Amino acid sequence: MTDPRRDAHRAIEAVARHSYGRLVAYLASRTHDVAGAEDALGDALVAALTKWPSDGVPNSPEAWLLTTARNRLIDRNRHHRVRERVRERVHNEDALELLSHGVEEPMQADPFPDDRLKLLFVCAHPAIDPAMHTPLMLQAVLGLDAAAIARAFVVAPTTMSQRLVRAKAKIRETGIAFEVPEADQLGERLEAVLNAVYAAFGSGWDAIPGIDSASVGLTDEAIWLARVLSERLPDEPEVRGLLALMLYCDARRAARRGSDGRFIPLSEQDPARWDSASIAEAERELVLAGAAYRPGRFQLEAAIQSAHAERARTGVTDWSAIATLYEGLVRLAPTLGAQVGRAAAVAEVHGAAMALALLDDIDAQAASYQPYWAVRAHLLQRLARIGEAEAAFDRAVHLATDPAVRSFLQRSRNARPHLG
Amino acid sequence: MKYALLIYETPESFDNRRSPNANEPMLAAWRVYYRSLVDAGIYVGGDPLHAPEMGTTVRVTGGKRAIQDGPYADTKEQLGGFIILELPSLDSAIEWASRCPATSIGAVEVRPLAPDVKARIEV
Repeated sequence: MTDPRRDAHRAIEAVARHSYGRLVAYLASRTHDVAGAEDALGDALVAALTKWPSDGVPNSPEAWLLTTARNRLIDRNRHHRVRERVRERVHNEDALELLSHGVEEPMQADPFPDDRLKLLFVCAHPAIDPAMHTPLMLQAVLGLDAAAIARAFVVAPTTMSQRLVRAKAKIRETGIAFEVPEADQLGERLEAVLNAVYAAFGSGWDAIPGIDSASVGLTDEAIWLARVLSERLPDEPEVRGLLALMLYCDARRAARRGSDGRFIPLSEQDPARWDSASIAEAERELVLAGAAYRPGRFQLEAAIQSAHAERARTGVTDWSAIATLYEGLVRLAPTLGAQVGRAAAVAEVHGAAMALALLDDIDAQAASYQPYWAVRAHLLQRLARIGEAEAAFDRAVHLATDPAVRSFLQRSRNARPHLG
Repeated sequence: MKYALLIYETPESFDNRRSPNANEPMLAAWRVYYRSLVDAGIYVGGDPLHAPEMGTTVRVTGGKRAIQDGPYADTKEQLGGFIILELPSLDSAIEWASRCPATSIGAVEVRPLAPDVKARIEV
């Protein structure tokens, strides 16, 4: 016994989840109007909710949604022209003309063209405020609503929604090209796209005890975006590097928390609780990336996580290899995160004093950088500089946003120092 | 679409215009650039502007006219000219702007024209 209403709802949910970004990308890349494409697709989904339960789910739900959304766009454009009595931009009219003729035919045979890569490059375009790259991707490609994005970025929903509207207006009004950049620009433009995807992930810094990732934490969404990228740009090693990095970190998601919700740093995690399938996939991606002999920031970060993952097989952590990888990372991309990570690795190989000296070098930039204070506190504690350690722990606690990390730091602060 | 390239120049660059020798390399670069715009068939129009101290700013507040010597905004780099180009996308406009000789001494802002606003005026 099948329930046509439930079947229809399931079909709509599935097509919305799998095809939202492709449908928006297809429509927007022909009209330059991301907001218009999203609205039209939203209308089409509502229409599906009323029609499919009675008429049955169409053979190609994607084609049905695309046709309906396209018709909405054309209707709306016509209304708009009549009301405003203003000539629309010529390329928009051409595009709509094209849409009204060209959609049906290729759709029947094969899946329609996947323009998500173009859309991702538009979202991370240098003419768009970098702070909006990630929110735009989350909305246009994944269909997240402004409220959910606002929560992840800790801003008011109305603020986020205004910023998204403004960014989409800039895409439409300034005529940002929906195209994959030429080879001479690709590297630089891809870096912006990868950074935006990684920003959605937050960071996987459980590698250092007591580091609060302050993460956006949309890990599934970020991994999904990286998979889209790697499907469309299979020969770009940094894309695979980023995917590998996120898979390694995500593999530890369950192991990062005790049954009581307590934060467990990497060194105390039980490797049996790591997701071995994710780690295996990450290994495959990293090997494929390495075959291109074009090292990069994300490949190095993934290699560091790979070295940590080795503990599942060997039972020990090769800190000397990790310190070497950090050395390379700092040379390539001297972010605060990389420098703090290097200090933590150096502490394991050469002792806390040398690590502390590395932290002293970046003191001035790190005043409000929580990981810096967490690592500093642990190093000072190991050097038995208890007063300074307690002060550093207090700063790290103050800067942490995750309650589990805060209580971990408080526990560490009050623990007896183990000298090293 | 039509894009305006708004050319911002430093005080030194405006000064150089008055000394033919110092200005010649810049003028040579501009001649090449202008020729390439025309040859590409994208040039719509444009002109250089006199130095900002030649500007006079007019305001009318509550029916009262206020005339002020000097440019509207008192910034170091000032609008020194503009070019209107017909191009398919912002990306191509950025590409052409990055070849403009002024980018090496000042900055070029790319701004699309607003034909919909103009249409409401030209009724």
